[in-house]
Amino acid sequence: MSRQALLPGLLLLAAAVIPYSSARGQAAPVIVGSKPFGESFLLAEMFAQLLESRGFQVDRRLGLGATEIAFKALRTNAIDVYPEYTGTGLLAILGKRPSSDQRGVYQEVSREFLRRYGTRWLPPLGFQNTYAIAVRRTTADELKLATLSDLARVGERLRAGLTPDFIGRADGLPGLKKEYGLQFRSVRALLPAVKYQALAAGEVDVIDGYSTDGFIARYDLVILQDDRLFFPPYEAAALISPRLQRDQPAAVAALTELSGLLTETSMRRLNRRVEVDGVPVARVAAGQLLALGLTRAPAGEAEPNAENTSDRGVLPYLWGQRNTIFGLTLRHLLLVGVSLVAAIAVAMPLGLALERSRGAAESVIRGVGVLQTLPSIALLAFMIPLLGIGVIPALVALFLYSLYPILRNTYTGVRDAAPAAVNAAGALGMTPRQVLRYVRLPLAAPVIMAGIRTAAVINVGTATLAAFIGAGGLGDPIAAGLALSDTRLILSGALPAALLALGVDGALSLCERAVTPVS
Amino acid sequence: MRGKLPGARRIAGVTEPLSPEPALAAERVFKRYGAVVALDGISLAVMPAECVALVGESGSGKTTLLRCFNRLVIPDHGRVAVGAVDAANLDAIALRRQVGYVPQDGGLLPHWQVQRNVEMVPWLRGMADVTELADRALMLVGLEPALFRARWPGELSGGQRQRVAVARALAAKPEVILLDEPFGALDAITRADIQRAFAAIQRELNVTALLVTHDLNEAFLLADRIVVMRQGRVEQDATPNELRQEPATEYVRQLLLRARVVAA
Repeated sequence: MSRQALLPGLLLLAAAVIPYSSARGQAAPVIVGSKPFGESFLLAEMFAQLLESRGFQVDRRLGLGATEIAFKALRTNAIDVYPEYTGTGLLAILGKRPSSDQRGVYQEVSREFLRRYGTRWLPPLGFQNTYAIAVRRTTADELKLATLSDLARVGERLRAGLTPDFIGRADGLPGLKKEYGLQFRSVRALLPAVKYQALAAGEVDVIDGYSTDGFIARYDLVILQDDRLFFPPYEAAALISPRLQRDQPAAVAALTELSGLLTETSMRRLNRRVEVDGVPVARVAAGQLLALGLTRAPAGEAEPNAENTSDRGVLPYLWGQRNTIFGLTLRHLLLVGVSLVAAIAVAMPLGLALERSRGAAESVIRGVGVLQTLPSIALLAFMIPLLGIGVIPALVALFLYSLYPILRNTYTGVRDAAPAAVNAAGALGMTPRQVLRYVRLPLAAPVIMAGIRTAAVINVGTATLAAFIGAGGLGDPIAAGLALSDTRLILSGALPAALLALGVDGALSLCERAVTPVS
Repeated sequence: MRGKLPGARRIAGVTEPLSPEPALAAERVFKRYGAVVALDGISLAVMPAECVALVGESGSGKTTLLRCFNRLVIPDHGRVAVGAVDAANLDAIALRRQVGYVPQDGGLLPHWQVQRNVEMVPWLRGMADVTELADRALMLVGLEPALFRARWPGELSGGQRQRVAVARALAAKPEVILLDEPFGALDAITRADIQRAFAAIQRELNVTALLVTHDLNEAFLLADRIVVMRQGRVEQDATPNELRQEPATEYVRQLLLRARVVAA
């Protein structure tokens, strides 16, 4: 009664959640993506709402891994549009040397992206989000700092707190030193999440930021002007997939309406509302589209969360989001269930086969174990050229991560199952197949189930990363929350994920008890 | 001692024809594991209904010889016969289902209740009345079926487990039963009980028994004939009385002394 009870249970689970995944539309919706940080979410949401207001059906895949993942997805038509920056296109995607010629950079990426990848840059949105060297207003006033050349005069008296990325890259600190002859008294590596607080608290005097950061206004910082035009231009623009370009010119035209309408000042204000004031992205985007005259006020179309939710407690917030969370949890279960069932279907027979050819066993198991050591994000990114983004590559990655514990436990469980009983069964005339079926497998069942439990719990956790390749699930609010510094949003994914892990573990422990032979 | 002679019962049994064929026979059997010689050209014959004990120290080859008779061990040279048929010509699985076997640790399947354990061989042989056969075997070993049928091996005492193991070996009514140190792990009182029970069963069923033991007292208690093994050969093959009175070698004498079978 052991395995017979387990497999149908898991299949049932999969069957229950599969319909959810096939709910997607008929007339090719426009898939809007974004990278996992606040401004990218905001711009993508503006794209999405603009398209919706023009009658297009929109599918949001926000918070995709990073440049690598988002751009691969766009190239392969897994998404249709996402906001990108010309400087990033030039340096990170084309791999060219930095240039400070704003027009020239835009023309170069436009030409090269179309030629190489068939993707198209729409005219810039109108603002740059470049590196910005910022100091406290008091520091600027005291030392009479307005430009980076001013900073170079007094740099040796100041302590810098810079992101590790900036300290390393050619268009960061090394170039800055060369261009301006800049020296600091000390340089500390600080993560983006803490550098603003460190500057405000006087722990450091100079930080690197982005020119449109919402925090610059909040902490009353002064951005020093790049008077020698050292930083390459990072003009924001919509980047369009080959498919959208070819099939839906009307959607491309709609997106172009936003070109040239956003300024650095307005973006800083909008980012501040999202990142600092905690206003939902959708609301900020809607307000801005309205203010720009691109959409009309919704007539009586009441927004579900119209009241300001930012001061509500976590639990009421979660309760308010329960329908969303429920949907995400189902999607999460789909990812976990299907990948786990597939892993069981492969790893158990493989474990049994290895038990019969023990010479090969250790090397095969170790080989599968190597998969386990690959960083999840790297594995997910690796999947994109092969499988695109979305559910399929996520399932494959989760499947690969689930193999090892099940394989290892099946093999050792069957190998080490009650040797006395195994020997006696053989000596009394059971065939090796009968010994496996009636003795080894039932006795190994608890160990195998323990492997499945381990795989399932790892799987629930890893599946949250599937959000970075647009597979949905409880990782969605986590990725968005991290990007927007929104703790409640993070919790609305993380808490259900933790509960799900506990629940799955508990359910499987019942299965484990059910298959454990009395002894 | 019972002082029973080989074949005695066959004389008493009116309908049974006199058969000169041994139930188990080994002729010049060799078996080596790497550099270690386990069986060094050993020969042995066990007559029907006879109980023969193989005794000797660890490494004497007694268990290896026992396992030749259900093809758990394949000899390098020599002939092994079961019921006058060369074991090499028998299908190993079929042979094992014909021959009862009791390992030292019982080897009960811990996830099967007593009844299913005892039914195992009749079930494997596709016999019709498995439950009846199992009940009968349980009664033979002194376990009331109604009380023990539904028990798990883990719920039994050591002695009860070995009784179930004996019942399992006997359930399909084999003509031959092999016992590998069957009672060695039990405490003295339990062992004495189960030895008495086994002696009675063996006599009642006329089953041929080959018993491996390191306990000479057990051999004297149960066996019609005792084969002392040393380094893969027979040191002495004799009835208990002969053995006691005329140890063939100094080695056998020392063995008897140590087991306190004879006084110094």
